[in-house]
Parts: sequence; C-alpha cells; structure tokens
Amino acid sequence: MTNIEKYNDIFKKMFHVSDDELESLAYKETAEWNSMAQIALVAEIEEKFDLDFDTDDIFQLKSYVIGKEMLANKFSVEF
Amino acid sequence: MFKLNDFKENIACITPSGEQLSYCELQAITERISCKTKPHQLVFSICGNTVGSLAGYVSFVNNNDATLMLDAHMERSAFEALYTTYQPHYIWAPEGFVVPKVASLVYAERDYQLWEMCANDTPVHDDLSVLLTTSGSTGSPKLVRLSKKNLESNARSIIEYLHITADERPVTGLPMYYSFGLSIINSHLLTGATLLLTQASYVEREFWQFANDNSFTSFSGVPYTFEIMKKLKLWKQSMPTLRTLTQAGGKLSNELLQFFMEKYNPQGVKFYLMYGQTEATARMSYLEPEYGLTKLGSIGKGIPGGHFSLVDDDARMIEVANEVGELVYEGDNVSLGYAECAADLMKGDENHGVLHTGDLAYRDEDGFYFIAGRKKRFLKLFGNRISLDYVETLLKDKLKESVCVGDDLKLIIYTTDTDYNEDEIIDFIVGRTKIVRTVFFVKHIDIIPRSESGKILYKELSVD
Repeated sequence: MTNIEKYNDIFKKMFHVSDDELESLAYKETAEWNSMAQIALVAEIEEKFDLDFDTDDIFQLKSYVIGKEMLANKFSVEF
Repeated sequence: MFKLNDFKENIACITPSGEQLSYCELQAITERISCKTKPHQLVFSICGNTVGSLAGYVSFVNNNDATLMLDAHMERSAFEALYTTYQPHYIWAPEGFVVPKVASLVYAERDYQLWEMCANDTPVHDDLSVLLTTSGSTGSPKLVRLSKKNLESNARSIIEYLHITADERPVTGLPMYYSFGLSIINSHLLTGATLLLTQASYVEREFWQFANDNSFTSFSGVPYTFEIMKKLKLWKQSMPTLRTLTQAGGKLSNELLQFFMEKYNPQGVKFYLMYGQTEATARMSYLEPEYGLTKLGSIGKGIPGGHFSLVDDDARMIEVANEVGELVYEGDNVSLGYAECAADLMKGDENHGVLHTGDLAYRDEDGFYFIAGRKKRFLKLFGNRISLDYVETLLKDKLKESVCVGDDLKLIIYTTDTDYNEDEIIDFIVGRTKIVRTVFFVKHIDIIPRSESGKILYKELSVD
C-alpha cells in the first residue's frame, strides 16, 4: 500500500467517507471529528506511519490537508 | 446561596475575549435576570462555559427556581423528550437555540436569552434547586433532585479539603451540566475565586494558551481527560502557575495515576484523586495527595461532613478490613432523590441523607476505601457472579483501553488495543478469572463510544 493510500484509508475508516470527500475533512467542521476523534486519529496516524507526534503536532493536525502537509514537511513522508 | 457582593471587586470570571467581571458586576447581571423571573418555577438551562450560562445559573439558584442543567449539544430529540415530560416555565439558552413555538422572549443578556412558556406551570417543591441528568446527553428523563443545602454543603466540604481560597483560578475543562463541573463552579464562587471560562476543548492549543495567559492554578478531569493529557504529552508543556490537578468521574488506571504523580509531584503540583456521584451532588471522598502512591488506586476517605460504611448482601454492616460490600454514604450532600416525571418535582427528601452507591468497595487496615466494582454491572456466568467493572480493571494490566459488556451467556471485550489478538486476550483473562474461555469474545474497535463528558456509552456496544 502506498503512503497516500495508507493516509486516506485512516480517514475513510475513521469518518466513513469516500475519496472525493477527504479534502474537506476538518476538526469541528466534520460532524464526527470531535475532540475524541482527534485523539483516535492521531494515534492511528502515529501507528500506521510509525511516528511520534509532539504536543504541537497534535494541536496542529486539524484537517486532512494540514495533516498531509505536516507528514510530508516535518516527517519526510513521501506522498 | 451565592452572596456575590461579599467579594466585591474580586474577579469572578475571565473569558477568552478578555472580558473580566468582578463579583459585583456578576451580581448586577444576576439581579437583572432575577427581576424578569418568577421564583419557584422550572427552568431549563442550556449550558456552556460562558458568562451568560454562569450568570443564569447563579440567578436561578438565588431566585429559588428549580433549574435543569442541560448540554447545549444534546440531541434534539432528547431535549424534546425532556421538554414534553417536564414542561418548564422558562428556558435560558444561547442565541440560536431553537425554542418551542409558544415561547416568548422576556429578556436577553450577553448572548443568552430568557424564554417564557406561560402555559407551562409545573409546580416544584420549595427545597428543589438544581436538577441534573443521570446519563449525560442520552435523553433519559431520569433526573437527580438537588437542594440548596446539598449544593452548599458539598461545596463547603470541597473548599475545606482542597484548601480553596480567593486566589484560585480553575480553568473550565468540564461542562457545567455535569455534577463534577458544577461542583467546581460552586466551590469557587463561594470563596471569591476566579473562574477561567472557556468553550475550547483541552485538546486545542487555545485552551492551554488561555489557561496559561490567565495564570490558571487548577485543572480537573475524568479518567478519559487524563488519558488524553498523556497522549498529548502535556506534562512537557510549561504550566508555571498550576498547583492542583483533580480527577473524579470513574477509575483511572493505577498505571496512569502513577504516571501523572511522577510527572507532576516534582513540579509541586498536587494530584487529588476523588470519588463521587451526581446522587451525592458531586463529591463523597478524596485521597490526600501525600498518600497518592502508598495507597495507589484508593478513593481515600469521606469528605469533611461525610461518612462511609460498607454493608453485605444481607444489609449487615461490615466492620472488618478488606471485605467487599456495598459502599454506603451519609452526608448533607446526598440528593433528595430522583425525578422521572413532572409530578416527582413536588417530592421532598426521600433519601434522608443516606445513599446506597451501588458501588462495591472494601476498606483497608488504615481506613482507606477502594472500589472493587459496580454492584449492578454483574453477569452470572456458569453460576459465577462476575463484575464487568472488575474484568475491566483486570484487563487494564494487559490492554491500553478496553470495556466489557455481556449477558448471562457471554462476556464481550471491546478494545482499541491492536497489540494483542483475540486468543492472547482471552488467554490472559481466563488466567485471571478462571472462567471457561468459551464465554469470552473479543472485538477490536477504532474508538470506545463516550458521552461529551467522557463517560462510556455501554448501550452503544452490542452484546451480540
């Protein structure tokens, strides 16, 4: 599985959405993305990509798009 | 109950917009609301951690109304079920909250509005002051009835054992409609302290920024809050003014307790583990921080003015140490009783200061109490009476997060932990409980369903 598939899969499973809805997913704007989902999401990304986020990363990860940028820029994940 | 003018120019609350209100200013707002409100009426108060919500609450308590505290984000159908059952005379709600068509607007203050439903005339008992839901926002009509005496006595006990003074600044990490969150409001408003009111969640940067900018001194949470704090690695963040952490609302695993005490004790932050129920207004016991590690996992001893005892299945008092029985509490904070329909709001005190908690506990040789499980969450598996909470406690030694449900034929373990497969988990639990393995099932899920206040929603976990 490619990195982008892996990343998309996490969001699709967590929020039950299709590919074309991914780009619009964001904390509080997506109904199911509440504070609890935030923590579950972070844990899932950390596990699947074998990463360790610090507090600021977790605070920052507030949308599908931001998360992808963060993984690419800070953690050198190639999409 | 609230004598705000006693504290004159002390700051009662601060909000993220930078607004600061003195006790006199808060008093003035509550008086403006009171003039528009008849006493001894039923009010539905739609809560948020905002000035409007706070002022409404204080005003209705002081005005001798009976206020049902509700979550602003509750399901609409749940709100409507409660409305139909109880027929409130007033609704105090933030702008934009959809009120029944018959409601007429009588007053607005900040972003809050007071609506009157003239046709609704539910009588309430003179002693009734606050109503709290028993199951978060699920919409069960069952409410806990609290008097001013309940609220004040519990707040006074809390002030005494937490040594709350006017220079305390708690940040609101819990909602006001939840007994634990409300107890923080009450205990601090009775001492002239400063509430840091924010609608932000503790998983957001803004929350901690606001708390630090305003020199917060305490933070309170349920077990789930502390699991998240660990996940967020919040102990690495500088919180120079923090003095006290308090936890209640369920059992935090011993591992997490130890973790937090080891992180925070060296920084001079006291960690108070506490125990309570809405049926006792909020608090029944607390563990002095100095015993945090030597009595790890204990709920401590009764609060000032409260008293615990243990009774066995035949209602006989257990005097010996280390024997499990039902935990019984006595104190002025024991609620008047429940309400399940509008007529129940006319009932007086049915509990007479005694609460059978439904929790199973034991007392050690030194008089410290430990919860062993919940009386009602029991299964009878092959004749073995087994507490689901007890199994959950056992599983904490193996799994990061798991909850159990079941019936008298099977016990299902739901877990978010993917480190172990079904066989490994069942091997472990069979080893500990000595119960035949065919009754156990394991389901891996992404997230444990929880209410807004973090309580596990067992009903959403299928038994099939």
